[in-house]
Amino acid sequence: MNKHPSVARSQMHEATRHDSGPKHVAGAAEYIDDIIEPAGTMHAYLGLAQSAHAEIVDIDLSAVRTAPGVIGVLGIDDIPGHNDVSPSHKHDEPIFASGEVQFWGQPMFAVVGETREAARRAAQLAKIELRPLPFIADVKSAQAAGSRLVTEPLKLERGDVNKGMAEAPRRVAGSMAIGGQDHFYLEGQIAMAIPGEDEDVTVFSSTQHPSEVQLMVANVLGVQQHAVTVNVRRMGGGFGGKETQGNLFAAVVALAAKKWRRACKVRPDRDDDMSATGKRHDFVVDYDVGYDESGKILAVDAVYGARAGFSSDLSGPVTDRALFHADNAYWYPAVRVRSEPLYTNTVSNTAFRGFGGPQGMLAAERWIEDIAYALDRDPLDIRKANFYGTDDNNITPYHQTVSDNIIARIVDELERSSNYQARRAAVKKHNAQNAVLKKGIALTPVKFGISFTATWYNQAGALVHVYKDGSIHLSHGGTEMGQGLYIKVAQVLADAFGVGLDSIKIMATSTGKVPNTSATAASSGSDLNGMAAHDAARQIKERLVVHAAKIYQCAEEAVVWVPGGIQAGDEFVSFEALIASAYLNRVQLSATGFYTTPKIHWDRATGRGHPFYYFAYGAAVSEVTIDILTGEYQVDRVDILHDVGTSLNPAVDMGQIEGGFIQGMGWLTTEELVWDDKGQLRTHAPSTYKIPLASDVPPIFNVEIAEWSVNTEPTIGRSKAVGEPPLMLAMSVVEALSMAVASVGDYKVAPRLDTPVTPERVLMGCERVRREVRG
Amino acid sequence: MANIRGAIRFILNNEEISLTEVSPTTTLLDFLRLDRRLRGSKEGCAEGDCGACTVLVGRLSGDEIIYDSVTACIRFVASLDGCHVVTVEHLAAKDGTLHPVQQAMVDHHGSQCGFCTPGFVMSLYGLWMRDPNPTTAAIERALQGNLCRCTGYAPIIRAAKAISSYGAPEADPLRAERIKIKARLETLNDGSRVELGEDAEKFIIPAHLDELAEIYADMPRARIVAGSTDVGLWVTKFMRDIGPAIFIGNIPELRRIAENDSEVRFYAGVSYSEALPIITNYFPQLGELWNRFAGEQVRNMGTIGGNIANGSPIGDTPPPFIALGAKLHLRQGEHRREIKLEDYFLDYGKQDRRPGEFVESVTIPHLPAGEQFATYKISKRRDEDISALCGAFRVFVNDTGHVGMVRIAFGGMAATPKRAKAVEAALDGQPWTVETIEAAVGAFASDFQPIGDMRASAAYRLLVAQNLLRRFHAETTGAGQRLVRGAA
Repeated sequence: MNKHPSVARSQMHEATRHDSGPKHVAGAAEYIDDIIEPAGTMHAYLGLAQSAHAEIVDIDLSAVRTAPGVIGVLGIDDIPGHNDVSPSHKHDEPIFASGEVQFWGQPMFAVVGETREAARRAAQLAKIELRPLPFIADVKSAQAAGSRLVTEPLKLERGDVNKGMAEAPRRVAGSMAIGGQDHFYLEGQIAMAIPGEDEDVTVFSSTQHPSEVQLMVANVLGVQQHAVTVNVRRMGGGFGGKETQGNLFAAVVALAAKKWRRACKVRPDRDDDMSATGKRHDFVVDYDVGYDESGKILAVDAVYGARAGFSSDLSGPVTDRALFHADNAYWYPAVRVRSEPLYTNTVSNTAFRGFGGPQGMLAAERWIEDIAYALDRDPLDIRKANFYGTDDNNITPYHQTVSDNIIARIVDELERSSNYQARRAAVKKHNAQNAVLKKGIALTPVKFGISFTATWYNQAGALVHVYKDGSIHLSHGGTEMGQGLYIKVAQVLADAFGVGLDSIKIMATSTGKVPNTSATAASSGSDLNGMAAHDAARQIKERLVVHAAKIYQCAEEAVVWVPGGIQAGDEFVSFEALIASAYLNRVQLSATGFYTTPKIHWDRATGRGHPFYYFAYGAAVSEVTIDILTGEYQVDRVDILHDVGTSLNPAVDMGQIEGGFIQGMGWLTTEELVWDDKGQLRTHAPSTYKIPLASDVPPIFNVEIAEWSVNTEPTIGRSKAVGEPPLMLAMSVVEALSMAVASVGDYKVAPRLDTPVTPERVLMGCERVRREVRG
Repeated sequence: MANIRGAIRFILNNEEISLTEVSPTTTLLDFLRLDRRLRGSKEGCAEGDCGACTVLVGRLSGDEIIYDSVTACIRFVASLDGCHVVTVEHLAAKDGTLHPVQQAMVDHHGSQCGFCTPGFVMSLYGLWMRDPNPTTAAIERALQGNLCRCTGYAPIIRAAKAISSYGAPEADPLRAERIKIKARLETLNDGSRVELGEDAEKFIIPAHLDELAEIYADMPRARIVAGSTDVGLWVTKFMRDIGPAIFIGNIPELRRIAENDSEVRFYAGVSYSEALPIITNYFPQLGELWNRFAGEQVRNMGTIGGNIANGSPIGDTPPPFIALGAKLHLRQGEHRREIKLEDYFLDYGKQDRRPGEFVESVTIPHLPAGEQFATYKISKRRDEDISALCGAFRVFVNDTGHVGMVRIAFGGMAATPKRAKAVEAALDGQPWTVETIEAAVGAFASDFQPIGDMRASAAYRLLVAQNLLRRFHAETTGAGQRLVRGAA
């Protein structure tokens, strides 16, 4: 009898390090720009429009063509298929502007050169004649102009809103402007294409959605999808900015590669990347809320106007998700919310961590705050008074019952552990005694729905090969952008086979390995791909059990998986030995796994359904100090309690929570997108667009995972999605700043800060509160 | 006649590089990634703001090599003559064993997407060399020039604090080669002038100050390049040619700091980092400002002379220097002249600098006893941000409580760094009281008609300028309150 080894152990739920960590720190992790290019690789560069809206009169590229080092140019006429990369399939997103320029920074042509520098210099030589047209820059002017919607709006309605409003003892109406956000992935957009035989092309694309890049490239080239293979090993950050925005770049290099039969790479400069690619939608939410003297909300009626930009892209599902989160964690007895994805002459806004949800939730926190100031109460009391119930008051505006509600416990525990009440009293005391430096503290909840609201996206595939020596190839449809998906799925597989992680090779994501994948988005990566990999392992294991029972002459039920191998009756067989014998006995050692999320359905026309498999919860307390002479501020302390179910990897999840919070804080504080009066974005580089630094991290930053939480649904390891929800914990920073600003008016006036809450907004908020208090 | 060499020579990791053909616009990052195929250093922004390309550049200083973190994206290869360039590829041992900095980052989950990570590793390496057990504040300061979008920095800060538990700087694997590197650098630094290329591709690296004066007087159209923290962007963002160029980083006389009983003189090539201890010694009121402009890498490259010479309306050194009564020393060939710093800035993009004339040094008088002085930098993000406005205030209140002398200068409020003379006039001779301040703040509107842009609105700039005077007054009377990072 073989000796049982002691090395292998369960891999799931361990705080395992990121699989690429040692390569990251050594500079050995390969991003697309690091791949050693095939000989003769060409470099493309895009020529961008210098107008927000104009008729194209003439494009003269003769000087571009003859510039040193130029191989040729690409325009609309060089596209054998469709001049379109619209992910909504509305054919409203040309690769190269056609007829009209619709935003400042829109690609008009590409130049292909021997070097990137040659192409980039040549791109400046284009002579483009434009006839300027009036342009619509933002939500308010789009609404005023009756601008069209880029896609069908959504309405969610439940209860009798008119009656609720009419009968409400108190009402508050207002408008909140919520700024957008640039992804500022550290690795910008990039793609490289290598032509193959026949119609084939292989594309390396920094994308969260290889299958869509594959489809787009095929449509642009006018070939079938099978001719296009898209690979991505890792991205240098995505955050939603590479869900659809990589399509255009991939299409351009594929066009060039096929036209000149040479490899081609494109990498825009940071300023061009920020000018030409979509961002988080800015919103204006106009609201009317009825409530009672106890602060309970009775009715909500709100319109969510969003700057969609010039094309539909993902603006439909983004604005849908804003409405799905108009409730955050709150029960509305009557509610009517409507979206307006408005056409504007700006870059087409797109997915960004939270996908509209954060904007919906932030507006909810705004009216909670309005109610609290009107009633002279702690906003936390108003929040608690309106939380969803567990047995009743638990129907969302989209008619899904919230059946896993743990927000009350999360908030109660955090309120205690953060010493919220005593600190709030201390803050008020401080403010009474200090004239210049004012403090604020706030606790805000998060409830976030998990699943793609496009129900068909909730599927995933995996491909697992076990080789004769027992080593394993793991492929699945998810992409790695730093979030730790690869290591989590590898842990699932290691756990399933009872092997060490070093037995598993995590393969780059490729459309040739797993077809028809969904975007790695909506926080769904581990839920979907973890299950798909688990399913592949299950099939191989079942075959191995049959095999082992035969070889070791025991019942299949007597074959037990143990760390490092199997126990077949009395016999321990190492995984390697089992695989070797299985191969000799002609057992198939490869499997495709597949998973679809159960239970979910959604009827957009009626606004009813069960779009989310479950909810993730969390809460944060932020404390800030502001300087009322300048509006400068700092976040002094943050306490977080967040729900990840039973964590698949606490280290990775902690990274998502800390990182998500800081990214959310950036969105809501210093990250300001500014367009000038010509419609040009002026904040298109880190010199002008300010994401948080190490010195913006709260000096006291206590982050805890709710260890007791278990997903009530049978997800992989009973874990919960963690990619997006923590971003919204940063709403507490806005609310804390708000309290500090309110202190200059002795908390009598709701500060109503729009976001991002820059130092300027803080100072001007203080000025306004003072004016209003004076009357 | 100076000895002229027709090659740039430096050490890259452990390899000696000698280049006889190189453009003055070739950046170190492109050289590493494209020519050498060392692709660990990343391009994130190509403007020195994100730090993904951070490498260390070592330079002989007295008896040792000083290693500075720099952003390779805006550092020109032509500025590296006689230096030791250390990239992320050089840190791990040949057998793959990670360096303590790297291992600490891995173990503390300091990387997620990993793209910024090599830059963080290099910045932390530079910090650890000089400060193996840094405070949180020191870590934050060292990382001001490194952006991470994934981690929220917390794990990186934890890693930074833990590095020394993986090994002491004395046991640094790279320290072992330091003696040999030093000997090699001493050989490379042969005192030669370097001249390469023709026309727009021409550049010269003078070895001495007199050479610079002579060359520039002969070639007044040449571009003087010091830290390239501004000129670098002309190349990476606007694809401008900068040749013929004169790189002044190898002129020892320009790195001098001269002190006497009444004033301190910074020669033009002194970097912000080199100036820091002297500045904070004489003007402790400038410590916060000095630690808040740009990031560490840019402070290591950028020079005091460059910040003045380029005439930017938003440079952060002119306002305090003007308030302190600084004198600028200009030189053209053998001819030298001295002007008040405030007189140097004529208009937007226009300075009082003649063809062939360059900024040689700036002299700052000590603050006379009994005078009060403060500088405030206001920006959207606290660190590594360009000022929305920067105000410097200096006052002498006599023993009758009246203003005996007042100097106020601002950046970000006009087309040039500029004094608030109307406000000064409203204060001069008046009692130093709240009433006087309130009567004077209105004069800011006659001194300045600021613009609104992506950094701040005109109204905000004007209001804050007024409030800063209020703050300054409160501070001089002991009633001031200021935000201090981490104080709460």
